[in-house]
Amino acid sequence: MRQLTKSYPNGSGSLTVVKDISFTIEAGSTCAIVGPSGSGKTTLLGLCAGLDQPTSGAVHLAGAHLGTLDEDGRARVRNESVGFVFQNFQLLPTLTALENVMVPLELRGQKQVRDEAVRLLERVGLGERLTHYPTQLSGGEQQRVALARAFINRPKILFADEPTGNLDAETGHLVIENLFALNASLGTTLVLVTHDLELASRAQRIIRLKGGALMNGE
Amino acid sequence: MSAPFSRSFLSHLFSSWTWLMAWRDSRASRRKLLFFSCSIVLGIAALTAIGSLGSNLERAIEEQAKSLLGADLVIGSRHTFTADEEQVFREIGGEQSREVSFPSMIHFVTNKGTRLVQVRALDGRFPFYGALETAPTAAADEFRKGGAGALVEQSLLTQFNAKVGDTIKLGDLTTRVAGSLLKVPGETVVFATIAPRVYLPMADLPRTGLLREGSLARHRVSFKLPDGVDAEKLVEKLKPRLDENRLSHSTVEERKRDLGRSMDNLYSFLNLVSFIALLLGGVGVASAIHVHVKQKLGTVAVLRCLGGSVTQTFAIYLAQGMALGLFGSLLGAALGVAIQLALPRVLGDFIPFTFEFHTSWWAVARAMSIGFVICLLFALLPLLAVRRVSPLAAIRVSAGSQTSGRDPLTWFVGAALAAGIVGFALTQGRDWRVGLGFAGGLAVVFGLLAATAKGLVVVTRRFTSPSLPFTVRQGLANLHRPNNRTSLLLLSLGLGTFLMMSLYLVQHTLLTQLVSSDRKDQPNAILFDIQPDQREGVSNLVRSLRLPVLDEAPIVTMRLLSLKERTIESILTNKTNGIPNWTLRREYRCTYSDSLRDSEKLTAGTWPPPTNRTDVVPVSVEEGIAKELQIGLGDELTWDVQGVPMKTRVVALREVDWRRVQPNFFVVFPPGALEDAPAMHVLVTRVGSSEESALLQREVVSEFPNISAIDLTLVLRTLDTILEQIAFVVRFMAMFTVATGLLVLVGALVTGRFQRIQESILLRTLGASRRQIFRVLFVEYAALGLLASLTGVLLATGASWALSAFVFKAGFAPPVAPMFVALFAVPALTVVTGFLMSRGVMNHPPLAILRAEA
Repeated sequence: MRQLTKSYPNGSGSLTVVKDISFTIEAGSTCAIVGPSGSGKTTLLGLCAGLDQPTSGAVHLAGAHLGTLDEDGRARVRNESVGFVFQNFQLLPTLTALENVMVPLELRGQKQVRDEAVRLLERVGLGERLTHYPTQLSGGEQQRVALARAFINRPKILFADEPTGNLDAETGHLVIENLFALNASLGTTLVLVTHDLELASRAQRIIRLKGGALMNGE
Repeated sequence: MSAPFSRSFLSHLFSSWTWLMAWRDSRASRRKLLFFSCSIVLGIAALTAIGSLGSNLERAIEEQAKSLLGADLVIGSRHTFTADEEQVFREIGGEQSREVSFPSMIHFVTNKGTRLVQVRALDGRFPFYGALETAPTAAADEFRKGGAGALVEQSLLTQFNAKVGDTIKLGDLTTRVAGSLLKVPGETVVFATIAPRVYLPMADLPRTGLLREGSLARHRVSFKLPDGVDAEKLVEKLKPRLDENRLSHSTVEERKRDLGRSMDNLYSFLNLVSFIALLLGGVGVASAIHVHVKQKLGTVAVLRCLGGSVTQTFAIYLAQGMALGLFGSLLGAALGVAIQLALPRVLGDFIPFTFEFHTSWWAVARAMSIGFVICLLFALLPLLAVRRVSPLAAIRVSAGSQTSGRDPLTWFVGAALAAGIVGFALTQGRDWRVGLGFAGGLAVVFGLLAATAKGLVVVTRRFTSPSLPFTVRQGLANLHRPNNRTSLLLLSLGLGTFLMMSLYLVQHTLLTQLVSSDRKDQPNAILFDIQPDQREGVSNLVRSLRLPVLDEAPIVTMRLLSLKERTIESILTNKTNGIPNWTLRREYRCTYSDSLRDSEKLTAGTWPPPTNRTDVVPVSVEEGIAKELQIGLGDELTWDVQGVPMKTRVVALREVDWRRVQPNFFVVFPPGALEDAPAMHVLVTRVGSSEESALLQREVVSEFPNISAIDLTLVLRTLDTILEQIAFVVRFMAMFTVATGLLVLVGALVTGRFQRIQESILLRTLGASRRQIFRVLFVEYAALGLLASLTGVLLATGASWALSAFVFKAGFAPPVAPMFVALFAVPALTVVTGFLMSRGVMNHPPLAILRAEA
């Protein structure tokens, strides 16, 4: 997995949030993006994942040049190669745990995805809670459903945005164990955005941001 | 961004997963969505019912065409047929039936009742198609076979508490009621209320002694043509001779066209009223979807993060919109089919034939498709926002829509909606101007209501004074806070008020115009058909009853022979001059007088002085008819005064107040010109009560059986009844709109409920009392309701003023009291509905509600 980034996104007016950042993340490696609030972590993540377009510069993600793709093209890349874990879980509230996990494959038009989803949910320890709705699950449980959802399309790269930010320490720890275990067994590249330095230290590489620029690269 | 209607979009829209996802996604909001789809239900129901009615009427006209006229061809005239005309009838051949009809008084001997009726002396087997319906049924057959006795309108028998077998007098004829008349082919019940019909055998006519020189009688010959003779072609061939003799004619085809046209008018009107209900419902749907979409933006962003394409996610929510439209359409159609059953009862009196009610599946399908398309277009407006959701919104709350500026598709959908509305309106009338006027008027009303809402928001935001009590400020602030429902509530409430109020005001205007003629000093009874030798006697009789003789006038009937040196026949053949035929063909009932009446005003020229019958008689002409005839001062008219030609010149123009009940005339001659012509006289008086009126009629009829009396109070009552019936139909239809408005109102309050509850809880947590929360809500609802009703009432006043001034040409004096009632009833209704919707908010402990609603 190779990635080259250089971006100048505009805020309101002409605020530069991420300044001239370039780095590459090796396929299968783990990487943490750290920095204080407002340092542009989330913006950088959005750019890396193809959720947003840079003002200038280019992103190569899983062999695709995102700048040359239209929104639906980027959506296809996300669907086929990317997994997401969000700080606030972002489960679809009207879907059961099982249905939430099935969605990425269903978006592809795949059928008979139930077994795979059940397997993943069992793996994160939620085999008994398949038909529960997000509001019926605790925060940690919700984040584990989100993990199962993130891994179901066997992504080449997983983006996790403050995955433990909304969880207490103990629950957060459990989620992180799940995350790294799944990552290791599936060989996924992992990009973590966090301000939890202890968590960041588990990554093979740390990218520090300050004021939208890299503090120290490789 | 891919095109919304590309192939991939359609394949997404019709993929089973899209619908499955739409179904799953709707889990929490399904009941709410179903409820919102109800706002289009009533509009579709009305369209369905009216559509079915339309096709039923069409079929009935087709099936019963012949019985609508009762004959193949009917020829009529205002005079007894001449030898020349009789020759024409002989040439036409076939079976013939004669009828002479004229107004006269019926006297119920047993019950001492007297009333003006339309006497119809019948000879022959009319109707050839269809039947006179009577009770007992056999009475009609007996009558047509030449049996003795009269057939008397049922409503008349009821009015005088008379029954079959009673003795009646018509002029000098004493006969008995042979049957009660229920229905005459091709005539409406409403028509018969104004002039109850009494059928006599022709043989009895001379014995009444009622038909004299100058009497207002109408003569008709009905033909049953021999097989193979085409009535249309025959009329075409005979037309020059019929026109020459000023004979009117109608055939089954003509009757069908006329009826079709008036039924079309009724149908279009009802359809347009239904459509307004549908549009209002559409506004409700749009607003509900708007709220729904707002709540779903997060879900959309996540779906996009997970790799859903723009079209894929849009398809999911469009599917929900379609399902909502489909459900509403189905429910509406079902309700419409049920409502159909009630329609014949509501409209029966206005339709001159019996018709069976079948559900027209075509009409059902049509209403459903119109409803579905309108609902979908309204739903699309807010749904388009789904396409603009950025996946970034999943990680960043502030990330809104992807690009700024308005989605071009919004304009496209808006244009499609406008085109749909105009298109629908255009298909409703033969006259495109009516269609455009409807669409334009609707746009103005919607626009003004929307502008009022905008204005309210701006005013409350800018000018809420800090010195106002907290509860008032808070209530007013609710009107302009984010996600407010101000526009929607104003639109639905205002439109409902506007419709109801307009209908009421127009009805009121029409009635006032009639009733104003019933003032104390105004005449309210007219005696007519007084022969010259009866004049003395009648006025003496009236005075002996202590009634005033308010006016008396001789009436001489005449016809136009030439106009400005051109014969009427030549003007009639030249269609390009724009002079309406009726002004040329009609019988003019003229008078002579040496002075103007109260109701008249000289507008040009000088009043014609008494004359000694020179070669050209100076006359005064009423302005309106002068305009129609395109004549002015100095122009010459030649008249046929019952066989004697008479040349006249216009020397004066008059303005006549036609609303005054007294003899009014198009043409007034000076004394000295018409005294020798056969004339009949009218006398106008005022009766104080219905007892006095009955006494007058009885006395006059027993002494002078040929004289007829019109009791104006009775006419007024009758017209009142008819207007009431019309108003009932209109209100029945308007109810659909008003009920839709209420549904939209409830819907709007439901969608705002959660936000409101959270606010109330916050306020209560901060220590607000129930009373204070109550006041906040009260201020908000009352302000909304008051402004909506104010706008609605003002718009209605404007609209009914325009209608009165330009369509009915009547004075406009809106009643103040009912306007105030509307002004306060609407806010009251809003407040009550609002409180019903937010009950629980005030009564329960904050935490309990938060848990239940989360």
